[in-house]
Amino acid sequence: MTDVETAVAASTVDLHKTYGSGDSEVRALDGVTLDLHAGQFTAVMGPSGSGKSTLMHCLAALNAPTSGKAVVDGVDLSTLNDTRLTTLRRERIGFVFQAFNLIPTLTARENILLPLSLAGRRPDEAWFDTVIDAVGLRDRLGHRPSELSGGQQQRVACARALVSKPRIVFADEPTGNLDSTSSGEILAFLRRSVDEFGQTVVMVTHDAVAASYCDRVVFLADGRVVDELADPDREQVLEHMAALQSAAMNLVD
Amino acid sequence: MLRLTLRNLLARKVRLVMSALAIVLGVAFLSGVLIFSHGLSNTFDNIIKGSTPDAVVRPIGTESFGQSAPSTLTVTPADVSRLADLPEVAAADGSVDGTGLFLLDGAGKLVGGQGAPTLAFNHAGSVNMLGEPILELRDGRWPEQPEEVLLDHNAADRGGYHVGDQVRVIAPNGDLSRTLSLVGTADFNGGGTAGAVLVIFSTPGAQQMFLGGRDAFTSVNLTAADGVSQARLVAAAKTVLPDGFTAVTGDTVVDQSQDAIGQFLGVISTFLLVFAIIAVIVGGFIIVNTFSILVAQRTRELALVRALGASRRQVTGSVLIEALVTGLVATTVGVALGLALARGLAALFRQFGLDIAASSLTLTPRTIVLSYVVGVLVTLVAAYLPARRAAKVPPVAAMRADLVPKERSLRRRTLIGAVVLLLGAAIAVAGLFDPPGNDAAWIGVGAVLWILTVAAISAALGHPVLVVCRSVFRRLFGTPGQLAGENALRDPRRTGATASALMIGLALVSLIGVLAASLNSSVDDLVDEQFNADFVVQSVAFTPFSTGVGDKLEHVPGVGIMSRQQFLAAKLGGVDGSSTFIAANDDRFSRIYDLDVRSGRTTLQPGEAFVSKDAADKHHWRVGSRFTLSFPGGGTLTPTVVGVIEPSQVAGQINISLDDLESVGVQRQDSSVSIRLAQGADAATVQRALAKVVEPLPIVNVQDKDDFRDSVRGQVNQLLYMIYGLLALAIVIAVIGIVNTLGLSVLERTRELGLLRAIGLTRRQLRRMVTLESVAIAVLGAVLGMVLGLVFGVLLRQALSDDLTSLGLPLGQLVVFLVIAVVVGVLAAVIPAVRASRLDVLRAIATE
Ligand SMILES: Nc1ncnc2c1ncn2[C@@H]1O[C@H](COP(=O)(O)OP(=O)(O)OP(=O)(O)O)[C@@H](O)[C@H]1O
Ligand SMILES: [Mg+2]
Repeated sequence: MTDVETAVAASTVDLHKTYGSGDSEVRALDGVTLDLHAGQFTAVMGPSGSGKSTLMHCLAALNAPTSGKAVVDGVDLSTLNDTRLTTLRRERIGFVFQAFNLIPTLTARENILLPLSLAGRRPDEAWFDTVIDAVGLRDRLGHRPSELSGGQQQRVACARALVSKPRIVFADEPTGNLDSTSSGEILAFLRRSVDEFGQTVVMVTHDAVAASYCDRVVFLADGRVVDELADPDREQVLEHMAALQSAAMNLVD
Repeated sequence: MLRLTLRNLLARKVRLVMSALAIVLGVAFLSGVLIFSHGLSNTFDNIIKGSTPDAVVRPIGTESFGQSAPSTLTVTPADVSRLADLPEVAAADGSVDGTGLFLLDGAGKLVGGQGAPTLAFNHAGSVNMLGEPILELRDGRWPEQPEEVLLDHNAADRGGYHVGDQVRVIAPNGDLSRTLSLVGTADFNGGGTAGAVLVIFSTPGAQQMFLGGRDAFTSVNLTAADGVSQARLVAAAKTVLPDGFTAVTGDTVVDQSQDAIGQFLGVISTFLLVFAIIAVIVGGFIIVNTFSILVAQRTRELALVRALGASRRQVTGSVLIEALVTGLVATTVGVALGLALARGLAALFRQFGLDIAASSLTLTPRTIVLSYVVGVLVTLVAAYLPARRAAKVPPVAAMRADLVPKERSLRRRTLIGAVVLLLGAAIAVAGLFDPPGNDAAWIGVGAVLWILTVAAISAALGHPVLVVCRSVFRRLFGTPGQLAGENALRDPRRTGATASALMIGLALVSLIGVLAASLNSSVDDLVDEQFNADFVVQSVAFTPFSTGVGDKLEHVPGVGIMSRQQFLAAKLGGVDGSSTFIAANDDRFSRIYDLDVRSGRTTLQPGEAFVSKDAADKHHWRVGSRFTLSFPGGGTLTPTVVGVIEPSQVAGQINISLDDLESVGVQRQDSSVSIRLAQGADAATVQRALAKVVEPLPIVNVQDKDDFRDSVRGQVNQLLYMIYGLLALAIVIAVIGIVNTLGLSVLERTRELGLLRAIGLTRRQLRRMVTLESVAIAVLGAVLGMVLGLVFGVLLRQALSDDLTSLGLPLGQLVVFLVIAVVVGVLAAVIPAVRASRLDVLRAIATE
């Protein structure tokens, strides 16, 4: 029992999120129940507008669900006020967004250490070194974001997400703006963080190649979990996506 | 294009309201001052016109409302009837004007305070040039008996008196403290008395009070017979005038009075206007800044419009139209607010005893036109630079992700600025080495150059200050502090421009502070050096008082030497010469005061004078020179200069012998009585005894050296605080500028703020971050302003070193200013910080 609980880094129970009301009502999430296992690299996939980002935001304490429960590291998010939520994000959650991840006035190093310094915590130097070496940024630490390439910027964002040793890292299309080489570097790094450091990572992606780096793929459509795959490879992912696509087509017909 | 402009206006209404507010306040102050000045001169015009008859017979060289000393010359009832018998004269009313009488309220306090004068005269039933009675009875009846008196009804109200009450007054001579019975109140024809207290006697009553009971008059009011012009009336009157008297037309009296009052009112109006102009200029700075930011934020949109085919001129025009609408709306609101402000100013001046009728505070076409011209013009001029920059946005910018900041032009600007700064410094320093013209003016030009240049290159100059702010914030407040510092540094132009508005205010405040501190310390030095009396007895408002006071003081046990001094106005040269203040000292003056003599001596025999170095320089006098002084009634003196002294607090510019004064027919009064203790007398005991003598006279008090110094300092400080109060408006406007810039910056950084919130910046930390950025801007403005103010304060003091002999630095005040700047920063950040912390994190992240 205890083992099972610790094995779940975050979970949702019957999560609903509705925008608007009446005719313009949009059910972004329509009853999502999902466990995200610790030490796993999970991909969330689905057509545009299927609710992937909404799900992430609800799990990451950035958005409040209309109903249902979101639990991170054993804490029910609905019980926390804004300050506690902020602290939770700072200490137990790491983020990588698609773009605009960094504060332009701070150096790479300062950006990486930002969650820690906001909390007034000292970085664990050894861990910092490990992370920096893993993303290969040692010689770029003094640079400002405007002096870094897009791929380097995303690597800085990844390093920042990991440096506070969060319980779970959420990445919303982290490679969406990158070429395949840079994407590969980022994905390899996330993979390594799961394998070597035991990190839990959840990533939204549209890219079957990216999904193939993961341990598990969850498919969303119309705000619901419709399918999932364990230890996927690229072909499997593409098949499933095609199936989803045609299901959607049939629905339209 | 026009529709696009108007849509823009609406879309940015909050921003525009904020920047318009800067103009609103500036224009409100300007129009308020104009309305107030107009009301002020209106009030006095009414008074003058309402109280002036067709012609007046009066001693040669006197002017109503002028500051001429009261003459002892009088006319007899026979003279009056000779005038009355002239066919051109319908009525000749002998009038008795008295000075040195004061009305006290029930508690023994002076009615009317120290501002407006107390005017005492007889009820002669004269009519003014319009044929209206000068006074109209309101309550009770006119005084008939010597012990009866009538007050203007405002004075009665202020004193808390009703008809039938016993009224307390200070008489000019004899038994100083008296009570009279109030038999009536009257309205003054001119509308209000501007705060002056009118005390009306019967003719015998006034003669008893002011002329020792002689049946005589100090002047005669003439009313022309039907169809007789003022000129003919005067010509006729001149044929029967006694010696020493002249007749002047009512029109001349009105002109002279308006001139005299106009000068005084002009000083007040100009003084206020200076601050209004400063406020408008600061408002202009804020407009420049707001429009620059708005244009910068719209670069992409403007580029798109250009790419779609809009010409440069159209883009400039659209920004200017935006400014025009802003200026028009802001000015309209400002003028309306100005009316309220004028009322406020009037209420403030009422505190000082200057009562302005609310009905005269009206909008004149001139005020309206001037306000609109200034308000709209300043807005347009201020928006022109940003508008030109907007037009320069190349169409390709629509396609580029972000525009590269123009580092080069900043460097060029800084370079040019440095050159101008050097130029300004050279001009200012030249002011110290006796250049042609006014030293202070040179320094003033240098100061204006510096202020404008520093404002223009504040981006570069501010850098070190901001870097210090950043590291202090970082140490004190951790990462939010550092982020705030970085934010202040990221757009140095914007931070600098915003800070400049505050800089102007603080530069002026510190400059004035240095001058005031120097004045105080110079006064201290002078008092230490020259206050050789043990006590000085003076009236609070420097109004002269009865010689009876001195007579009593002289007999207080313990008084060793007592010297009397009378300050008065006389004309230099003939009767038409320029009016100047002189001091007349008795022969004991030089025994008490050890003046700093340049040449000659300060002991005066009749027919001798000593003068200050300034007066000597101005009139080219040396020991042995002679000059002529004319007094009311035509008396003249031609004293010989026997000494030249350094500037002095206790002596006048021109000092003559008191004995001479008595011989030229000036009414003797004392302005200052100095007392040296007798050998072995106890100072405290004597002071108590002296105070007891002047106790019934609330206008006169006994001061020792410390009291004297404090009273002079008190006057300096009163003026200082008034100036600070007026400059506060410029600072309020600067605060609006900070609010505006911060608001725009927060808007611009929505995404970044969202990111910070997502990765763990709490609301509180976010508010602190915005607040600290605001504090950084405010501190930058304060530091730049204080440095400028200090530099030019010191230079100006040097240029004025003849009067400001010692330099004083208001270090304590500077610290207070810095603290105030921090508070200002915190206050300015309240709204932007709250708005930033209310940002929806998700929305912020999602912003495209
Ligand atoms: N703030 C909002 N207000 C109204 N509707 C919203 C809002 N945010 C999201 N939605 C709607 O909710 C649904 C889910 O949006 P979401 O952003 O989660 O989709 P997504 O799966 O991340 O899509 P994409 O792959 O394009 O990023 C969409 O239909 C979207 O229009
Ligand atoms: Mg999405």
